[in-house]
Amino acid sequence: MAIQSTNAPVSSWNMRSLIYDPKFRSYFFQAITILLLVAIVWWIADNTIENLQRSNTASGFQFLSSRAGFDIGQSLIGYSSDATYGRALLVGLLNTLLVAVTGIITATIIGFVVGIGRLSHNWLIAKLCTVYVEVFRNIPPLLVIFFWYSGVLAVLPQPRESLALPFSMFLNNRGLAFPKPIFGDGFWLVSVALLIGIVAAMFVTRWAHQRQDRTGQQFPSIWASIALILGLPALTFLAIGSPLTFDYPVAGRFNLTGGSVIGPEFASLYLALSFYTAAFIAEIVRAGILGVSKGQTEASAALGLKPAKITRLVVVPQAMRIIIPPLTSQYLNLTKNSSLAIAIGFADLVAVGGTILNQTGQAIEVVAIWMIVYLSLSILTSIFMNWFNARMALVER
Amino acid sequence: MAVQTTNSFVRSSLLEALPAPSSRRGAVAWVKENLLATPKDTILTVLALAFLLWSVPAAVDWLFVKAVWTGADRSACATVVQGGLQPDGWSGACWAFVDAKFQQFMFGRYPLDERWRPILVGVAFVALLVPILIPSVPRKGLNAILLFGIFPIVAFFLLYGGLGLEVVETPLWGGLMVTLILSFVGIAVSLPLGILLALGRRSNMPVIKLFCVVFIEVIRGIPLITVLFMASVMLPLFLPSGWTVDKLLRALIGVAIFASAYMAEVIRGGLQAIPKGQFEGADSLGLGYWQKMRLIVMPQAIKLVIPGIVNTFIGLFKDTSLVSIIGMFDLLGIVRLNFTDTTWATAVTPLTGLIFAGFVFWIFCFGMSRYSGFMERHLDTGHKK
Repeated sequence: MAIQSTNAPVSSWNMRSLIYDPKFRSYFFQAITILLLVAIVWWIADNTIENLQRSNTASGFQFLSSRAGFDIGQSLIGYSSDATYGRALLVGLLNTLLVAVTGIITATIIGFVVGIGRLSHNWLIAKLCTVYVEVFRNIPPLLVIFFWYSGVLAVLPQPRESLALPFSMFLNNRGLAFPKPIFGDGFWLVSVALLIGIVAAMFVTRWAHQRQDRTGQQFPSIWASIALILGLPALTFLAIGSPLTFDYPVAGRFNLTGGSVIGPEFASLYLALSFYTAAFIAEIVRAGILGVSKGQTEASAALGLKPAKITRLVVVPQAMRIIIPPLTSQYLNLTKNSSLAIAIGFADLVAVGGTILNQTGQAIEVVAIWMIVYLSLSILTSIFMNWFNARMALVER
Repeated sequence: MAVQTTNSFVRSSLLEALPAPSSRRGAVAWVKENLLATPKDTILTVLALAFLLWSVPAAVDWLFVKAVWTGADRSACATVVQGGLQPDGWSGACWAFVDAKFQQFMFGRYPLDERWRPILVGVAFVALLVPILIPSVPRKGLNAILLFGIFPIVAFFLLYGGLGLEVVETPLWGGLMVTLILSFVGIAVSLPLGILLALGRRSNMPVIKLFCVVFIEVIRGIPLITVLFMASVMLPLFLPSGWTVDKLLRALIGVAIFASAYMAEVIRGGLQAIPKGQFEGADSLGLGYWQKMRLIVMPQAIKLVIPGIVNTFIGLFKDTSLVSIIGMFDLLGIVRLNFTDTTWATAVTPLTGLIFAGFVFWIFCFGMSRYSGFMERHLDTGHKK
């Protein structure tokens, strides 16, 4: 009997038992998946090579070093139509980063103000903030961009009738002109002084913390830091003889000359992304603050902390733990939404790439560059925010 | 016995409670508490009131009072200097423009004689959608089969033509119709595809898991506009010569793939929240993998993440506006196309058109978010700890 029962599986080792063997099934399905993927990739590659050969498109990245031949309105580094495609893409990348960084800063500030405002005891403020969030969360970002671009900024006066603002700034439908700083000799010393100031401020803050832990005495480290960060460069600046002049914009007959200009494309993209993302950040902030249990506030009040200190020392650090992960994805969203620049002709990475794609037909290479850049930006932001999150996270035993 | 109940100075009944003092009730107290509680609050209230007084009357004035409601062409909405009828310095909404172009905003350049077809599709869609959205209406299964199985086929033949109907090519489609088609197909494709991707990401098979992780993370890492560019520029490159894919179909593929990746992550969140005991319980009952997922895990997981799913739908609906960048005329695209129409081009036309488009988008998205809130409360079985 025993022999029979041990032999039974061997004798019935046929297709039937193989089908019901989870291990075999798993290998089988994976093998099929790999085969299918390889077949599809093979088929696509074959078609692509054939299509490229027929249209005489050279593949590879050699096109990056040929002459671009198109102009870019706003550029952070020197660029002319004689520059290469590679440089044009670099200009686009820098513009993307510029919009992303400025947008993230502004959206965070507006978002925190509105998010806290929604929780205000003041009925009017709370309602105003709610209306803001509900309006901006429910319309497409592209529409917000067009709203600023063709609704608001295009209505500004012609360059001839520019609105004069304080500090020699002018506003017209070609953008905001402002004095361009020209840095004289030795200005780099000021930057060095700023760097030293920041490092010194960090040391002072750390020392103040350690002293408070040891002795309980407090030190006005915030004021000391401000004095170091602002005072040191200012003193250096005066000591080396104020090497800074401005190139003022001057109203000519038809246009403004001199100065620097922020174009309406950048302004509308920046404003739209800031306002749109701020609505989402506001909701995240609100959820974060509501997520801190009421007992924490009451306990700190019982310890005798003042309301401002309760917020700063008890509520905010705990709310940040809830806020940071979704905040990261909002930052990533803003960076990705900056690609909407192409709709209004601001030369970001996607817009420049699109122009190159139309001129050269190098679709695969351009799309590959886009993907590599955006994926790296995503990964870098994630790494930074994860590091920040790890610092803020609850320290458990 | 000594109790003298007849004493006139002893009350036989309790006094009614007095109303709260006037400073503690009514409008005065409400204002004190909610608007003027502290000096800081008072300042904020004054600032907010100043902002409202500055913005609301001006907005109402522009949108309604000074607005032009009827007119035949641009002269109704342009000032004398611009070649119109309005006095100098006039500025107001040009609703006459929206009124004249309304049909186009809804259907694009769909032939006038055939517009009963999209209208019929729209009516059928509403008739099938409303009962599925109201929880108390019975026969949800049949309803879902009709909406997601039969309706798309009927709608395709009605909109595109064939079977005796005149063929209307997709480049003629446009307006809100295209926005809704893109959203409906995107939603109908991304939900099942997202579920499959989420299951694949949690699978024990390394090859399938790797494929799903790479797919989801790459799509989530790049902007939709690059996905749309890929669909519109690279798809023709990938196919054998002679194969052409309709422009609308390319956009549909791009939008659906993009939404699936986001949907997969939302559903994975729900899957992770299901306790291990549920999986083990299903295993011990002898259910197979798909039975386990279909009968035990998915109903619970989906229910948990309904808000996230609806948020993805809202995002998808808003994202459909991006197809105007690759040369299609959805609602936003057709509104913008009409800014250049010389019959109506004035200084106020763009703002009016954008406000109209924004309002339509807002209605849909706000409706979806309200419905998700309602479903959340409806499905809350009170088991939350």
